[in-house]
Amino acid sequence: MRWMWIDKFTQFESGKRAVAIKANCLAEDHLHDLYPAFPIVPQSLLIEGMAQTAGLLVGETNGYKEKVVLAKIGRATFERLVRAGQTVEFEAVVEQLNHIGASISGVIRTISGPEKLQVGTIEMMFSHIDNNISGTKFPAHNFVFTEHFTRIVTAFGEKIDVKI
Amino acid sequence: MTKDEVYTKVQQVLVDALGVDDDEIVPTAALMDDLGAESIDFLDIQFRLEKAFSIKIPKGDLTPEGLTNNPEFVQGGKFTDRGLAEVASRMPLADIAPLRADPKVENMSKLFTVDFMTKYIFSKVG
Repeated sequence: MRWMWIDKFTQFESGKRAVAIKANCLAEDHLHDLYPAFPIVPQSLLIEGMAQTAGLLVGETNGYKEKVVLAKIGRATFERLVRAGQTVEFEAVVEQLNHIGASISGVIRTISGPEKLQVGTIEMMFSHIDNNISGTKFPAHNFVFTEHFTRIVTAFGEKIDVKI
Repeated sequence: MTKDEVYTKVQQVLVDALGVDDDEIVPTAALMDDLGAESIDFLDIQFRLEKAFSIKIPKGDLTPEGLTNNPEFVQGGKFTDRGLAEVASRMPLADIAPLRADPKVENMSKLFTVDFMTKYIFSKVG
């Protein structure tokens, strides 16, 4: 199973902008890896959450025909820590997109009730790797956008609550 | 827009995209060999140039596609005479002398200099 780093999309404008959220639970091992007595979400994993949010946004634009991979993190700045019990919001905006790839600007926030606090900002680039400038060849099947992964997008708008 | 103005903006784009100091950006500097650019950086640079100069760079115009994997143009890791002619035709603003002197495919990276990028943009906005 692919390592999912977002729980659901809360906003999705095809080819333009997407917002996803992730709840952070004290039971997750990675919170304890950096500072055992002070559990926080590592910033590298916040970048991963943004990459998944933005990668799905870019991939959905072309109907998941391209293999979209994170190719460059131009800048990532953080001003707050994310701690257990906080929900994180990843907002990704497509700045530019063409047949080779896309550039994305992203903002990470924590959500606590009605309050949202900015955690950091990220600029990242994605490559449509079959159209890479260097001409490197990759397997034909789309190993990036499995049904399991794109299901997060198709589930957008579905209610979470299910009565049985 | 003058060529000096174009050069100054191109210089800033390269500083932002490649994380180099502005004094490293000299006209003869090759983006890959001297400034450490990788293939994805060319897309980053293209996007930043489009934004900085409010232009749209057509597909394959700045970085020609389909040259190095075409057996008519490249054989045994070197550009053929026809390949060199194709490079010259598709990159008329580039100084292809280094490639003519040693037509190894990897030497194509030497054509993408700061001077070439400046000339290319100047041809669009000058």
